[in-house]
This record gives sequence, C-alpha cells and structure tokens, in this order.
Amino acid sequence: MAGATRPGDRPISPFVSIWRWHVTMASSILHRVTGVGLYGGMLLLCGWLMMIAAGPEAYEPFGAFLAGPIGQVGLYLLVACFAYHLANGIRHLVFDTGHGMKPSDAETTAWFAILFAIAAPIGLWALVTFGG
Amino acid sequence: MSKDKSTPLGRVRNHGAAAEGTGHFVGQRVSAIALLFVATWFVLSAALSMDGPTYLAAIDFISQPFNAVGLILLIMVALYHMRLGMGEVVNDYVHKPFAKMALLLLNTLVPLVIAAGAIFAVLLVNFGV
Repeated sequence: MAGATRPGDRPISPFVSIWRWHVTMASSILHRVTGVGLYGGMLLLCGWLMMIAAGPEAYEPFGAFLAGPIGQVGLYLLVACFAYHLANGIRHLVFDTGHGMKPSDAETTAWFAILFAIAAPIGLWALVTFGG
Repeated sequence: MSKDKSTPLGRVRNHGAAAEGTGHFVGQRVSAIALLFVATWFVLSAALSMDGPTYLAAIDFISQPFNAVGLILLIMVALYHMRLGMGEVVNDYVHKPFAKMALLLLNTLVPLVIAAGAIFAVLLVNFGV
C-alpha cells in the first residue's frame, strides 16, 4: 500500500545473494549427506556379509581392502557419519514433539550433534586401540 | 452408489494425495527409533569384538546367535529406513520424469536384492556346510 509504514523488525523477502551460513542449515544438509553416506555403508556391510559367506579365498581381497588405508579411513568416516546421523536424528525426533525449536536451542543442539560426530569416532578408535 | 453416506470430499479428507497420509512419516520415525538401538549396538559390538577385518574374526562374530539375529534385524530395518530417506532425496533433486522413476525403481529393487543376499549370507555362515 502506498504510504504504509513498515515496522523495522518485519521479515523481508529472502534474496538469493544475501544470506549467511547458519549452523541449523549446515546441520540439515549434513543430515542428508551423512544419510547418503550411510546408504553406501549399509551396501558395504551387506557386501561384506556376502563375501564372508562366499569363503576365505573370495573374502581375501575384500578384507585386505578394508584393512588398507582407504578402507580404514572409509570405516572411520562411516562411524563419523553414523554418529552425526544418530545425534541429529535424536534431535529431529525431539523436534517432532514440538520441543527445541527455539532458534537458540536449535543452534545449540546442532553444534552438539556436530561435535559428537567429531568426538565419537575418535573415542571409539581410542577404545579399540588402547582399550585392550 | 456405495452405502457409505459420507460425501466424496469427506472420504478423502486427511488421507493425503494417494491415501497414504502419514505412512511415510510414521515409517521413517519408527525405523529411526529401532535403529537407535540396533545400529548403535552393531557399531559398538563389531568395533569392540572383532580384531580387525579378518575372515576368522568375522566368522566368530556372525556365528554367535545373538549377533546373527541382530545383523538380520539391522539389515531389514536399516535398508527400509534408507530406502525411505533416499526416496525423499530423489524426489527433491531429480526432476526429469524418466530419471526420477528409474532412480526410485532402483531405490526399491537394490535394497530388496541386497537384503535377500545379506540375510542369506548370515544364515549360510550359521547353517551352511
């Protein structure tokens, strides 16, 4: 309307060139990325089971790959993907009940999920290596 | 005419576009809650009880009854959950009708075939010759 005054805090239309990263946005994207990663991880797990059932000779190259540098880094990343998807999945289940949706709460829990995804694989690796 | 006295609008209301309504939503969350337990158990148990990715360690792990049942549950629930999730990703990002249908079809068939193979593999390790 011509001449209408606009309150300063009214939301304005988003504009494609004006935006910044929010941790809640990163957490949403990461949930999808880690989900797709875990899709590959489950295919790998199922492939591993089938190679085991196929016998020691058939499993030999597959086991060597898993024990090698690419396999070990891959398994480490899969644990990180799992830790993230787990923590953020719990966050989304809480969101479904209507709780934790306040921006400051959502940001805090998003950071928690990201930090958990960094800490959990390190913790598991330490437990496996030094836990005896 | 059916004997149902409700109007056509009344019959379709709250059932969603294909009368599926909240099925996808509920299925994804129920499988998510199951995976909180099953997938966490598998990651911890596999990492802590297997001494590297060797053949013998794997046979030891899979041939324990509790682990075999857990693995079969994990395969069924995780493949169901990831099919729902990947279907959402395909629907969001793939817009060409043929590519979309092809990917959705693959997303249904691949987990099904893989699940049958992996469950058979668990059984074979336990009961095979």
